[in-house]
Amino acid sequence: MSAVRLEGAVVLLGRFPALAGADFAVDSGEVVLVRGPNGAGKSTMLHLCAGLLPLSEGRGEVLGSDLGSDRAAVRRRVGLLGHDTALYGELSAAENLDLWARASRVDAAGVPGALRRLGVPEGLWAVPSARLSAGQRRRVALAAVVVRRPELWLLDEPHAGLDSEGRELVSGLMSEAAAAGAAVVLASHEPGPADGLATRTVTMAGGTVSADAA
Amino acid sequence: MWRDLRLLAGDIGLVAAKDLRIEWRARTTLGQVVPFALLVLVMFGFALNANRPTLELATPGLLWMTVLFATVVAVQRSVAVESTDGAGRMLLLSGMAPAAAFGGKTLAVAVQLLAVAVVLVPGVVLLYGAEIESLLLAVVTSIAATAGLAAAGSLLGAVVAGVRAHQTVLPILLLPVVAPVLIAATRAFEDALGTAAVNGWSWVGLLAGFTAANVALGAVAYGPLMEEA
Repeated sequence: MSAVRLEGAVVLLGRFPALAGADFAVDSGEVVLVRGPNGAGKSTMLHLCAGLLPLSEGRGEVLGSDLGSDRAAVRRRVGLLGHDTALYGELSAAENLDLWARASRVDAAGVPGALRRLGVPEGLWAVPSARLSAGQRRRVALAAVVVRRPELWLLDEPHAGLDSEGRELVSGLMSEAAAAGAAVVLASHEPGPADGLATRTVTMAGGTVSADAA
Repeated sequence: MWRDLRLLAGDIGLVAAKDLRIEWRARTTLGQVVPFALLVLVMFGFALNANRPTLELATPGLLWMTVLFATVVAVQRSVAVESTDGAGRMLLLSGMAPAAAFGGKTLAVAVQLLAVAVVLVPGVVLLYGAEIESLLLAVVTSIAATAGLAAAGSLLGAVVAGVRAHQTVLPILLLPVVAPVLIAATRAFEDALGTAAVNGWSWVGLLAGFTAANVALGAVAYGPLMEEA
């Protein structure tokens, strides 16, 4: 089943075409690595797939919803890890995840499990997230993705800022998600731990997909 | 329909509780806005040469000008909470109705402004020698005016959220827009404090209309504005 299908997708940031006619497809159960230099359009494509950016030209469908007419329907079903953590600094890890779960209408009872799964020590659950280290905040942000049980995982440089144990955890999560039938798209600008996980690698340059190889 | 309304109310409560919890931890209102507002009252007193008759006449206007200054700070803080570390993306991705996000943020700002007003009213009684003739009118005016300020402020906060110089742009946009609140709340308080022979309740009606218009506009416009930010 197709999770993402973009045809000639154009996204304008101001007047600049950050995505300039990209063709891209991902099926459920796939782990697709999107590779490319800085400014290639990787993050823009992830944000488009999350329903956070409007499609200026071309066609796009995510989880059966049209990106041109029904972006809002996509959002609740995807999990996005961006460069920033999207956490409220004054709220603790547990409070952030609880809020995230309740706003997304998923069971907040999964919060402790998600934090444990990401290896966040229980002693840090009540600490305001602004006081956590960058690596711990990254783990909490990933736990927020886990708690939603998304059908499409969109991960921008997911291994950045993590120690070797954290990188292994993230790799394990992606494999589990794909095995459970979710689609996983991860963006990375350099070779790293994601290489061995991907079932397919897509290369981007100048806002378009320049190569697609299994 | 009732289920949708219940969900909307639940989401409004969720966002308001989140903003108030953040505010309680950051202590911006208690630690900075309230002392600032009290200082402004004292400074107005100095500027008017501590002249009791003049201060009594000017009290309602000075009080609401001070609440207006507090509104700018509270709204800027409300915008900053969502823009720091991309936190606002959480609300967008949750699929929550934008009207609920707007309602929650407006409610949180209104509660903070009401807290400021609760401190300032005794302040003008102590500092300016004002006397409250109608407590009910003062309370209703305070609720209606702070709700109107919060609704207009939250809406304009979303308008400027994506603007690079939003901290300076916000007051320029906000102050003219909320001028009707300043005028109506001042007139209603003139009646509540007995400093002028006006019908305060008719001005409360204007405040309620202003609030309703801004809440309706915000509920419709907040979604597109969140997307732009």
